Amino acid sequence: MEDYSKKVMDHFFNPRNVGEIEDADGIGEVGNPRCGDIMRMYIKVKENIITDIKFKTFGCGAAVATSSMVTEMVKGKNINEALEITNKQVAEALDGLPPVKMHCSNLAEAGIKAAIDDYYKKNGKGK
Amino acid sequence: MDKNIYLDNAATTKLSSEALDSMMPYLTVGYGNPSSIYSIGRESRKAIESAREQVAKALSCDSNEIYFTSGGSESDNWAIKGVAFANENKGKHIITTSIEHHAVLHTCKYLEKYGFEITYLPVKSNGIIDINDLKKAIRKDTILISIMYANNEIGSIQPIKEIGEMAKEHNIYFHTDAVQAIGNIPINLKEVNIDLLSLSAHKFHGPKGVGVLYIRKGVKISNMIHGGGQEKNMRAGTENVAGIVGLGKAIELATIDIEKKSKYLITLRERLIKGIMESIPDTILNGDPINRLPGNVNVCFKYIEGESILLMLEIKGICASSGSACTSGSLNPSHVLLAIGLPHEIAHGSLRLTLSEENTQEEIEYVLETLPPIIQNLRNMSPLINKK
Repeated sequence: MEDYSKKVMDHFFNPRNVGEIEDADGIGEVGNPRCGDIMRMYIKVKENIITDIKFKTFGCGAAVATSSMVTEMVKGKNINEALEITNKQVAEALDGLPPVKMHCSNLAEAGIKAAIDDYYKKNGKGK
Repeated sequence: MDKNIYLDNAATTKLSSEALDSMMPYLTVGYGNPSSIYSIGRESRKAIESAREQVAKALSCDSNEIYFTSGGSESDNWAIKGVAFANENKGKHIITTSIEHHAVLHTCKYLEKYGFEITYLPVKSNGIIDINDLKKAIRKDTILISIMYANNEIGSIQPIKEIGEMAKEHNIYFHTDAVQAIGNIPINLKEVNIDLLSLSAHKFHGPKGVGVLYIRKGVKISNMIHGGGQEKNMRAGTENVAGIVGLGKAIELATIDIEKKSKYLITLRERLIKGIMESIPDTILNGDPINRLPGNVNVCFKYIEGESILLMLEIKGICASSGSACTSGSLNPSHVLLAIGLPHEIAHGSLRLTLSEENTQEEIEYVLETLPPIIQNLRNMSPLINKK
């Protein structure tokens, strides 16, 4: 099997922002348990800023590490900035992922978008 | 972490020092080609023939029925394609199971392109076929039954004796992939009707890259590798002398005291299974509780994924494997776990621990201390758990 970078291992073994937010302003869930990965993101939003974010992930090392990394990247950013984060950026921030694991970073981007979508829906705002 | 607890003996085993010692002369001074007529060539020839005797003795067959190959995959390919192409005038139907190794399954898929029809028998939830399903699947044009002795993932042992009898009764060749069984289950080819049997040295403390296809005298089979006259004109290519010698030594050692060894492995296995099932809730034991390989433990932990478990075990010094998609390199989890009826999300959470006689009670206790917090840790991270 291909090696994970040190950063991936660090985020896998010491994931940042694991958990749930009980009074979350938006919750997004992406992935499919059939394929072996599911990511659920919880966000707190105040004045368009993502003030808190937590995740729960079922998946491989890369799925956990990308979840952790994307929460770090998004925390404190405003919603528009958060929406601009791409899979590639998440993978790069982790010093790369093995090619077969690139799809795991798709979940990170999609997870954030899904949580923001949910926040918009709950607040009656369109995209 | 200095600890290294190797619990992946179904993947490969450590080469024994006895096997290595037996090989060394043929990797150094004894480099003669077994087909050459001068002394160092003749020595190599003798070494191969003596290894052939060791294999024949271990399996209770004639040494003329032993053909050396490059390993289990070649043996499976040769047995199935060789019998298929040599007997297609009799019929083009082959019966196998849905839980075979890919060396068998993908060979069968390949033959489908050449007009062969393959029946893939299902297995029961314990990973064992229903012999009545086999009976019903047999047709007038069935030329081959290929059913593994014991499964590499979940350890389930098939009713080989009954299958052999049924094959004989219907005059159909019977091939078995015994790669996982050798050294774990006593095999006596005088007592069971097996026409072709595949084995691989590195699964029983021999070297990698060498195996055997046993072909019962009289079986009609085509060559797969064409060229020189090695292996009685049946399998061309200058012999892997050192590998063959190592295989001979390894099979000799693997089949001595096999009952005693199995007993020891079963003790370790049962402790491991009981310990896991008692300390970790929502765990499923895969495969048959009794009819399984002595050293095989395969469980699914609900709500979590296998590769994550393996990474966490690795930093604790434990080598294991899983049938999750991420470890198989595809999007689907193991075909074996799906065939025994597990839903995808549960199959993704599988862990296989396979033992050898080198493992100790202390190692098992260490695994039992280490595993529960790992599973708990991953479950704390899982979004599936509050969806119960």
